[in-house]
Amino acid sequence: MSSASPTRDHVWRALAEIPDPEIPVISIVDLGVIADVRVEGRRVEVDFTPTFMGCPALDTMRAQMEDAIRALDAEPDVRVVLDDSWSTDRITAEGRERLRDAGFAPPTPRTAEGPTLLQLERGLFHCPWCGSTDTRLDNLFGPTPCRSLRYCNACRQPFEQFKTI
Amino acid sequence: MNERVQLLLALADDELILGWRNSEWTGIAPSLEEDVAFSSIAQNEIGHARALYELAARELGTDADALAFDRSLDEYRSAPLVELRRLEWARTIARHWLYETADAIRLESLRASEDAELAGIAAKIDREEVYHRIHAEMWADRLLGSDEGRPRLEEALDELWPYALGVLDEELRPELVRRVEARLGRPMSDVEPVARGTHEAELAELLHEMTMVRRSAPAGARW
Repeated sequence: MSSASPTRDHVWRALAEIPDPEIPVISIVDLGVIADVRVEGRRVEVDFTPTFMGCPALDTMRAQMEDAIRALDAEPDVRVVLDDSWSTDRITAEGRERLRDAGFAPPTPRTAEGPTLLQLERGLFHCPWCGSTDTRLDNLFGPTPCRSLRYCNACRQPFEQFKTI
Repeated sequence: MNERVQLLLALADDELILGWRNSEWTGIAPSLEEDVAFSSIAQNEIGHARALYELAARELGTDADALAFDRSLDEYRSAPLVELRRLEWARTIARHWLYETADAIRLESLRASEDAELAGIAAKIDREEVYHRIHAEMWADRLLGSDEGRPRLEEALDELWPYALGVLDEELRPELVRRVEARLGRPMSDVEPVARGTHEAELAELLHEMTMVRRSAPAGARW
């Protein structure tokens, strides 16, 4: 326990240590769900913008943030912001790299209108295993709300594609 | 109960009840991919319901679970379309496509709302609903393109049409007519909507099953 109050920087670094509960290769900071951190003395406010609304990991993320802030000897106030500010475009470059390394194709950039079937069928999707763009959409949906299922025709491996939202 | 809370509950109830209905396909859909798809759509819809109930609960001084599970049947504000039990593929696709089309119109209207919180949550929900619409349209087109599928889907669409109109407030219905007719390439009949405010008999059965575990434990149980 430190005797001085934590700084914003301390809090950001502590939050960056928290892995996503379902995809632990990426931290919640790289996932882009921390919109803001404010520190006043020993009180730390975090604005948390959830990802997919049916994601069961959201409660765990929140509890882990609170624990991390308490470990800094501060009082957490994690505010869930249910506005439209989180998009898969908020995932950092480093986060994308880590997803790819784990065999998980990172989300493609979002267009103004959002995804279309044509784009999902004809767009450029790289296989996370071999890098080929000769892939096909198998299922818009997958084992969790954030994933679609694709198949790589080049290396004949199925893979999970992070949905663009 | 003010108008805003009533609107939040109508939206949340639609998503919860439809989420439950979609989950009934888990394990028995015509293909494994559709088991995954309908289960995932159900999870999204119930997630939307949770967020909407939380907003309503804040105004009512209760919590989302109490709103989802502890109300009496006549307090639910769901549209009759989502209450119907339709374990037949063409009817399921008909309901799915009609609901997602109506829901898209409703979300567009909410996104333009002056209520910033409501506009924000509608936009967030819509990011996920895009995938439901793509799925519903893909299946509608697939059935419309087959000799066996087309008449079966058309029949189901006609049967559910008054219910689909009933999902929306009166001023939004003409847009639903326009979109459905444009895709089908034929006029829909001018019928009296089966609107919100009445319930289908199947809802009682659904609520009984849905609340069974919660009712089995005394109030205040911690899970």
